[in-house]
Amino acid sequence: MSGPEHREAVMLDASEGYTTEDGRKIGGVVMEMKNITLRFGGVVAIKDISFDIRQGEIRAIIGPNGAGKSSMLNVISGFYHPQEGEVWYQGARRPQMRPYEVARQGIARTFQNIALFEGMTVLDNVMTGRIRQMKAGLLSQAIWKGKAEREETLNREVVEKVIDFLEIQHIRKTPVGRLPYGLKKRVELARALAAEPSILLLDEPMAGMNVEEKEDMSRFILDVNDEFGTTIALIEHDMGVVMDLSDRVVVMDYGKKIGDGTPDEVRRNQDVIDAYLGVAHD
Amino acid sequence: MAQPSQATDGMDSVPALLQRNATRFADKSAYREKEYGIWQCWTWAEAEKEIEALALGLINLGVNEGDFIAIIGQNRPHFYWAMVAAQSVGAIPVPLYQDAAAPEMAYVMDHCGARFAIVQDQEQVDKLIEVQEGLHQLEHMIYVDPRGLRKYDHHKLHRFIDIQEQGRAAYHEWIEDLKARRGQLTYNSVCVMLYTSGTTGKPKGVVLSNRNIIEASKSSSEFDKLTTDEEVLAYLPMAWVGDFIFSIGQAYWCGFCVNCPESPETMQTDLREIGPTYYFAPPRVFETQLTNVMIRMEDAGRVKKWLFDHFMAHARRVGPSILDGKPVSGMDRLKYALGNLFIYGPLKDTLGLGRVRVGYTAGEAIGPEIFDFYRSLGINLKQLYGQTEASVFITLQPDGEVRSDTVGVPAPGVEIKISDTGEVFYRSAGTFEYYYKNPESTASTKDADGWVATGDAGFFEEGSGHLRIIDRAKDVGKMADGRLFAPKYVENKLKFYPNILEAVVFGNGRNACSAFINIDLTAVGNWAERNNIGYASYQELAGHPSVLETIKAHVEEVNRSLADDPMLSHCQVHRFLVLHKELDADDGEMTRTRKVRRSVISEKFDDLLTALYDGSSEIYTTTEVTYEDGRKGAISATLKIVDAKVAPVAAAHKVAAE
Repeated sequence: MSGPEHREAVMLDASEGYTTEDGRKIGGVVMEMKNITLRFGGVVAIKDISFDIRQGEIRAIIGPNGAGKSSMLNVISGFYHPQEGEVWYQGARRPQMRPYEVARQGIARTFQNIALFEGMTVLDNVMTGRIRQMKAGLLSQAIWKGKAEREETLNREVVEKVIDFLEIQHIRKTPVGRLPYGLKKRVELARALAAEPSILLLDEPMAGMNVEEKEDMSRFILDVNDEFGTTIALIEHDMGVVMDLSDRVVVMDYGKKIGDGTPDEVRRNQDVIDAYLGVAHD
Repeated sequence: MAQPSQATDGMDSVPALLQRNATRFADKSAYREKEYGIWQCWTWAEAEKEIEALALGLINLGVNEGDFIAIIGQNRPHFYWAMVAAQSVGAIPVPLYQDAAAPEMAYVMDHCGARFAIVQDQEQVDKLIEVQEGLHQLEHMIYVDPRGLRKYDHHKLHRFIDIQEQGRAAYHEWIEDLKARRGQLTYNSVCVMLYTSGTTGKPKGVVLSNRNIIEASKSSSEFDKLTTDEEVLAYLPMAWVGDFIFSIGQAYWCGFCVNCPESPETMQTDLREIGPTYYFAPPRVFETQLTNVMIRMEDAGRVKKWLFDHFMAHARRVGPSILDGKPVSGMDRLKYALGNLFIYGPLKDTLGLGRVRVGYTAGEAIGPEIFDFYRSLGINLKQLYGQTEASVFITLQPDGEVRSDTVGVPAPGVEIKISDTGEVFYRSAGTFEYYYKNPESTASTKDADGWVATGDAGFFEEGSGHLRIIDRAKDVGKMADGRLFAPKYVENKLKFYPNILEAVVFGNGRNACSAFINIDLTAVGNWAERNNIGYASYQELAGHPSVLETIKAHVEEVNRSLADDPMLSHCQVHRFLVLHKELDADDGEMTRTRKVRRSVISEKFDDLLTALYDGSSEIYTTTEVTYEDGRKGAISATLKIVDAKVAPVAAAHKVAAE
């Protein structure tokens, strides 16, 4: 599969898109992973994987433990740099980037093992999601006049809307360390949303949650997608949740892609069934 | 009869009061709501504009005079506006409990035949869509919060602000119509219809006229000298008559400001920020607050704990007397002032009750310790006795005559009589018009002279002239030997223990009394934590042997205090069990206002009830439960039945009972 022709095809594809069962319009391709291979020394974490993410869709990456899902997400967020392959974002090839540069491009993420500032309040944590939008200088911040103050007001407004949206008003001033797990996850989502991202990466948003918390989180994910049109790429363990939430699913196993399509297609895919249920060796 | 036929100054409807307030108090705050972390504010003039826009929008949408408009949502200014807008166009607002399940809602919607519904959000829209097929009259739904509703079919679904926008756009087209409709409202026109939760049978639609609401609001405002400067926090269900009287009736009559919390979870924070001057809460809220304070004090450092205990003991001794203006020595006053500086003041502030001038509790009996706790802090907490059918007020406690075991003297303009059977009857200007589409119930409740049966048994106390309520008249029964059985009286005594959340006492037609008990998960859970007792669920904790021991001690203490009561000494609890689930309105075991439904419970837990009387020491049972989203499940458990010691009725246990 050599470069130019294939690239041409992608651009064409970008103008198309499809309509989901529930009537949402999904746009063209915003991000494309092309033949990504990621190695850690001799270990191949991801092997020659290609897939795309379209504007406004909920795209899931699933697979058994150690399949390479989180590695894939880390490639997207710029934390890992693949040895082979290309990441295409908004119609251009993305050069090797640091995570903050990726964030600057409008890609926000949450982490599998919550990465919040435990000693800070929920509000302050969510405010850190606005860091990209704070441009006032050190002096202005220190004396709290003019630009710094105006910026803070505007940013706080965005943050308050997110807090309202995720229904965490009651813990606004609570230090994150005191919150139960399910709420911490929600605060992480809030921080990512505060950045007003165009693509939101969620690393196992439902891990370790009980059924009720999972239902809540699913509703928030759908609402975010519906309300702000945010493109969402998520990794998840829980097959039931993934199949209900996502428009298209990539299935990975041992670093390879073994399926890609709508939840129904994936569910019928024999390789996927084998990977999840195991194969009889008789 | 004491019904004045003419309204004061032509103020004969709530919309008329709104017009008055919009001129007289134009720049004064009428509504505040915390949103996006900030208190958003509307003055009376602004509120009037919002309501007018909505009213015009409603006419534009085709609302006719006499239509019913269901209103389903949490306390938000929008829903208060919706009620007054509905009244302005000659329609009748019907607020519903927003936590009711879809079938319950369907019954009420069908019964009143609402053509329109103004609802909060997707959750409520979904509920109504679920039951829409059975509701032939329902035409349009208006929602406030658009979240998640984007993809819904919007033929008959509208956004609140869009309706207001359409109303403003069609101003010239409809304003004359609106003025005409508003002009036709009289003291006799219907102000609101409220469904009573009903401890038995289906809910009944209580029709209240402008006269009922305005007269009740007026006289009660005068009784407590409410002014235009009061601040209230509207957090109780909008479908409850109390909220309608406090947040619309009295607020419009006096012109004071109604504050709406950000969300039910933030209520405590919002309460602190607002610091209401006029506050109502059911006993349960006060209980929970006190429990929380006590739990936090258990965890406090030794010095703080000592200070707290020392000054609270002093407050209990002299606080109520100071509040009632009785003579107290100078030294005690000084110490109380000191306590106020260090303990009471900060504590009141934490509770959000620092500015409360008039506080009320009603609905259930309140434990004397709880009541005294708040009064000793200097909070003027009083009791009232009321009903939806009376537009709340039947009796009120005047300042300086406050006690935990009475409900006060007749409210201004209310006449009360006690029937031969001990049932309390009243009549007043606030007495409801009729039950909607239910003449039989109307006739059996309200007689030709306007006397209304409360269904409660009670008597006037000699000397003070205060009314004392014993129990629901129909719950007062006879034991097998013919002696009086008053379950509520015993239950209340049990419930005054922080560890006991709910109790249901049986004994009608039997030889001895027995009880079902629900433990309080907060209090008992905290105790378990301190004693290193692990538990995974309510059920597990409820069955723990040490918990049963504690509850048994409480029951025996109650028995000892009952033994001293000549009237009810035979109502001591012989056997009891701790239920494996919390009684819940979703399972029909309680009303939405959290009153136990005796008949439902005795039917549902028939096997347990049998076991209480057949001498068995434990029983295995399975119970169906309904989750909040309407799904059903089952839980099963083996319950221990505990025998409690009964105190001899010789009244020799005076010391132990104290």
